[in-house]
Amino acid sequence: MARIDLVDLAHSYGGNDAPQDSFALKPVTMTWRQGGAYALLGPSGCGKTTLLNVISGIITPSRGKILFDGQDITPLSTQKRNIAQVFQFPVIYDTMTVGQNLAFPLKNRGVPKAEIDKRVAEIGRLLDLEPYLNRKATRLTADAKQKISLGRGLVRSDVAAVLFDEPLTVIDPELKWQLRSKLKALHRELDLTMIYVTHDQTEALTFADTVVVMHDGRVVQSGTPAELFDKPAHTFVGYFIGSPGMNIIPAEVRGREAHIDGHVIALNRAYDKLPAGAKIEIGVRPEFVEVVAPGPGLLTAKIERIDDLGRIRFARTRLGEAKLAARAPAGFTSSDGNAGLKLDPSHIHVYADSLLVEGAA
Amino acid sequence: MDKTVNQKAWFLVLPVFLVVAFSAVLPLMTVVNYSMQDTFGNNQFFWNGVGWFKELLDPSTDLGGRFLASLGRNLFFSLVILAIEVPLGIVIALSMPRQGWTVAACLVILALPLLIPWNVVGTIWQIFGRPDIGLMGYVLNHIGLDYNYVSNDIDAWVTVIVMDVWHWTSLVALLCYAGLKSIPEAYYQAAQIDGASRWAVFKAIQLPKMNRVLLIAVLLRFMDSFMIYTEPFVVTGGGPGNSTTFVSIELVKIALGQFDLGKAAALSLVYNLIILIVCWIFYTVMTNAGAERKPQEGAA
Repeated sequence: MARIDLVDLAHSYGGNDAPQDSFALKPVTMTWRQGGAYALLGPSGCGKTTLLNVISGIITPSRGKILFDGQDITPLSTQKRNIAQVFQFPVIYDTMTVGQNLAFPLKNRGVPKAEIDKRVAEIGRLLDLEPYLNRKATRLTADAKQKISLGRGLVRSDVAAVLFDEPLTVIDPELKWQLRSKLKALHRELDLTMIYVTHDQTEALTFADTVVVMHDGRVVQSGTPAELFDKPAHTFVGYFIGSPGMNIIPAEVRGREAHIDGHVIALNRAYDKLPAGAKIEIGVRPEFVEVVAPGPGLLTAKIERIDDLGRIRFARTRLGEAKLAARAPAGFTSSDGNAGLKLDPSHIHVYADSLLVEGAA
Repeated sequence: MDKTVNQKAWFLVLPVFLVVAFSAVLPLMTVVNYSMQDTFGNNQFFWNGVGWFKELLDPSTDLGGRFLASLGRNLFFSLVILAIEVPLGIVIALSMPRQGWTVAACLVILALPLLIPWNVVGTIWQIFGRPDIGLMGYVLNHIGLDYNYVSNDIDAWVTVIVMDVWHWTSLVALLCYAGLKSIPEAYYQAAQIDGASRWAVFKAIQLPKMNRVLLIAVLLRFMDSFMIYTEPFVVTGGGPGNSTTFVSIELVKIALGQFDLGKAAALSLVYNLIILIVCWIFYTVMTNAGAERKPQEGAA
């Protein structure tokens, strides 16, 4: 049970003298609430596993500190930190039964036998592993093995946080949902801090109450799924989250107007103090763009195709050089492939050099 | 469905039949033939039926006594070198570096003894152990140990065993190292998180994962040591007395020394049979161990 603080934490596999661009994990300062369910989301190679391994102590950070409940634990080894970690591929001890697997961390710490038996029975019940406690762990399926890996973490009563490193990679799709809701239920029941690394946005958004998005070694945004959806702080968050991702279009923004391709789009807020020389883009989610019949005052785009997702249809259009996805209302057809675009001004965001700019009311 | 009958395939199989017949079946049958007969030279043979086989298994006869004694020595030798080479090989594999240029250096050094021909190994140790001019023999005697493999049974045994350990421990070590390298890093990280001690990591992760390669190592080393001939023959010639006369040395003595072709043929057939049986046992155990490790579907 602990709050985890990262203070100016960074890691470079090439040492601190390497240029900061090459850092696997760029300096980050943030706090993980006790009892929070966090997801670390980002594409492969964005530094999320590095961050996880730094927290668990497998990697010693080249810079900065990690605090558990205000206590600096940066120099402590993995054994001395009270964390549990579940890896991408199930790690089980082949020669042991499920019960012995669960007892292993306690046995190593010299916990009395009676206490071990009690905890193992408890965790076995919690993870629905009770019928298998006396069976060899090697013979179980991948999802049961992952539960054992998790159980070895939970069995310790002093565990501060449980870290998951893409734990569902080897699990069959239909079992993924089951296991994920099991994790969710465990989280509610046990009041543990859980950090879940994934590159799958559905996994992240369904598991976590706070999603931390990483990109190129940097934490670009941390917030609830709704915040990430409504107000992406970085263009990367915009198009990484949501399906299809946010439309990012280069534009010229002056005051309450955005100019694209000679057209003027009204904005809800005023953007007067944009940094000079920055690359200015506007971002709007496909859900808030509608294709309609072309008309005066509307952006005109060429429709390339329409994707029918069943519940909703998205038109893939081309606007000059930029590509843009938009909602196609029921019954919409276009005879000549041209369409007008109607943007919802309250959901248009302005980005300067990929970072969100807050406009004035 | 009608099968097309085509006899042309026989022409393709025939060469193999001929090669196998001349290289394996005919020589083996010759040996079987010899084992049923006795000869007093001059290419004259007399029918003896299963007489030699009866004698072989009867310790009171000269042939049986020699065979069973050498078989006992051979089994004891195999047991001793396995008991030394397997744990030693594991220890070496565990203490080898996992990355960097030292890996290549270690591999080369370990592989060196394996590349030396048997009789060269024998010659090396024969000279190395001589009390008058051999480095080891001279030094041992110089510091007060009465070491002489030519006259002392125990010294001869020690020399033969140390020589085998020197020659073949590398094989076990290399196999174990390959087994260790195949363990994913996550296992060590998980064990670290579980607070496992060095010994617990060895027992829970490394040893079980080395299981298969260890079986192969034991099989190879047992077979090889059970058939050993050249090295002890070069060093001790089977002596002093008969103390290091293993089955293959006994066989050569009977076949080529005494020219008792019948006895030698019977002995070599039994010798062959023992090796086949042991091989089969190992093979069965290994394949069963493999089948046991397959995960059962629907277990969870």
